[in-house]
Amino acid sequence: MLFKPISQNFNDFVIDRDKERCINCEVCVRQCSYEAHFWDDARQCVMHDNTKCVGCHRCEALCPTGCLTIKKNPADFRDNALWTPTYMKHIYKQGDTGGILLSGMGSPSAKPIYWDNLQLDASQVTNPSIDPLREPMELRTYLGSKPDKVEVEETPEGPRLKTKIGPQIKLEYPMMFSAMSFGSINFNLHKAMAMAATELGIVYNTGEGGLHPTLYKYGANTIVQVASGRFGVHKDYLNAGAAIEIKVGQGAKPGIGGHLPGEKIDEEVSKTRMVPVGSDAISPAPHHDIYSIEDLLQLIYALKEATEYRVPVSVKIAAVHNAPAIASGIVRAGADIVVLDGFRGGTGAAPTMIRDNVGIPVELALAQVDNRLRDEGIRNWASLVVAGGTRCSADVIKAIALGADAVYIATSALVAVGCTLCGRCYTGKCPWGIATNEARLKKRQNPEIAAKRLTNLVKAWGHEIQEMLGGMGLNSIESLRGNRDKLRGIGLNEVELDILGVKHAGR
Amino acid sequence: MGKKVTLDADGVYYKQLNEQIRDAIRNGAEEIELLNVRGQRYIGNAIDKPVKFLVHGVPGQDMAAFMRGAFIRVEGNAQDGVGNTMDDGEIEINGMAGDVLGYAMRGGRILVKQDVGYRVGIHMKAYMDKAPIIVAGGKAGDFLGEYMAGGAIILLGMDSTMPENAPITGRSLGTGMHGGVMYIRGEVPEYQLGPGLSFHPLEEEDMAFIRTHVEAWAKAFGKDAEEAMKGTFRKVKPFSKRPYGNMYVGTN
Repeated sequence: MLFKPISQNFNDFVIDRDKERCINCEVCVRQCSYEAHFWDDARQCVMHDNTKCVGCHRCEALCPTGCLTIKKNPADFRDNALWTPTYMKHIYKQGDTGGILLSGMGSPSAKPIYWDNLQLDASQVTNPSIDPLREPMELRTYLGSKPDKVEVEETPEGPRLKTKIGPQIKLEYPMMFSAMSFGSINFNLHKAMAMAATELGIVYNTGEGGLHPTLYKYGANTIVQVASGRFGVHKDYLNAGAAIEIKVGQGAKPGIGGHLPGEKIDEEVSKTRMVPVGSDAISPAPHHDIYSIEDLLQLIYALKEATEYRVPVSVKIAAVHNAPAIASGIVRAGADIVVLDGFRGGTGAAPTMIRDNVGIPVELALAQVDNRLRDEGIRNWASLVVAGGTRCSADVIKAIALGADAVYIATSALVAVGCTLCGRCYTGKCPWGIATNEARLKKRQNPEIAAKRLTNLVKAWGHEIQEMLGGMGLNSIESLRGNRDKLRGIGLNEVELDILGVKHAGR
Repeated sequence: MGKKVTLDADGVYYKQLNEQIRDAIRNGAEEIELLNVRGQRYIGNAIDKPVKFLVHGVPGQDMAAFMRGAFIRVEGNAQDGVGNTMDDGEIEINGMAGDVLGYAMRGGRILVKQDVGYRVGIHMKAYMDKAPIIVAGGKAGDFLGEYMAGGAIILLGMDSTMPENAPITGRSLGTGMHGGVMYIRGEVPEYQLGPGLSFHPLEEEDMAFIRTHVEAWAKAFGKDAEEAMKGTFRKVKPFSKRPYGNMYVGTN
């Protein structure tokens, strides 16, 4: 007789507790927000329930005696190349509930990662390499529309730029913290991103959740986002940042909206989003005032009017099949920055099928968008930013060589503060204190310490980028932008090489 | 009576016109009369002072977007996007208004004498003491009040340029609604309602609320409030604050 779901014991992980070393201190019990560990009164010791483990490794990380190891459940289904356990478990769950599969974080599916098939060049003998430790190495980046030509006039004080240049975001590193809304992650991490961005001379993005009143002072290092729900969007918010970003799409869930569940909306989130406590914050799939490029133009200029043309306006889309044509339209609609978000980009929650099956690799989209804008002679009208699954500084530098002006990072920023990619952000119970607004959990992130870790990460990547640039004999990131001759493909077919616009290694 | 400024918009591009408006406000204008307005966009955009605008002609798209606290009266029709993400203030349109009126509007009130277009009041939301209100004297297109999260829409279906047999509202009325309320005067077939929604009986306080705003509408456009109140109102409100709460099953 079935009295529980058939999949109950098909858990993904098992908790291995070394009884020799366990001192029953109950740290694991307190740390696990999913209640996988518990105090067993009858046995007078700590016990666990493997079915509740999500594999976040929080208990393992904090166990004072190191007695815990979280392992993949070794129980194997019969080998079947088609019916992998992931698909079977999904079906069991849907048989139980009739629900749409929901996931957190970017797609874990095994799809090509083109960064790994691209190799950088280095100088040998001729064009000597440069040592960034002893010689200047420019990483500074300006995002915004650049004029078709510049005119300089001679004055008694020397030459002066005659051309009026539109508003720009000034970055000391070609990286920014990507949009993660206050609500999806908590205040401590928003503050940490704001502090780190200020310290680094870069910017962070608010995501669609408004800007907490105490973070307005970091405005010079903030991009404020406007998405379809328009949460917390008002005149002061629009004027608070260094730029405004219209979020049309997100790489993890192209074509659909967002949905912050009511239980994640506490007093502070409510104040910032300007919606009632406990009510769902639903962002519709499209902006219902944007059904065309002309409508997009209308919103871009509404935002420019609202800020009296002081800040650049960015438009973010998911990398999809027709990205080049769409990007061309976006640039012609007046956007100063275009953001391409790839399908490996993170999310607090996305329908699994969409996350794993919609969109194209951002590397291909980037190369094609850059080509298209160049072919049309409008590449300088807007800066190009890529987002979605940037794991290391080599990914960043390859993106820039392919044609990006800068890169958005978010998952890597979360990993820097402890995220283990367990993918349960949508539960609001993140044991690492990241994707949660529960008081007892969010205090696990200290804004100062998190800011330090984020600063460390970007500085480290910055140094690595300088080293790689120096190795290529370049002393400025500007010299690498769109310089695909510095890239060679390995293990790619002719179509892929053609799309990426790079030669195969050996050529 | 504050300082009054008159601007002739004849042949002036929207960018210059709005600059002139902002300059006038910076110089202390409290009342601005705009003459010969012919489609200039963004009039009143992000104005956060209690300025009184009188617009003669047809203002262009996104009038009063992000506006906070100004008053605009339009002697004529208005185009799409009136009151987009508006925070506060009052708008009177002595004519018809286009699509997407009051999109994501958070506060203030918009009175329209006659018809409004498609996608009106989508994602209106209320917060603390703010609750946006739209009153339209005519008929509305599809998707009225879709995703509505707060505030109120009152549709009278009286002063319309549409054929008499045209429905008062279109399809997908209130789809995804999770807050706020709509009052529609006259008959609305059930099939026009979004999934899960139904009509609710009106309480006394509903009638008092409707009266307050219908009287304001009647006063603004020289109409008879009593005649409007004679009709039967249908009330639409959400069935849940969490309409999509139980649709998902978590995995990783």
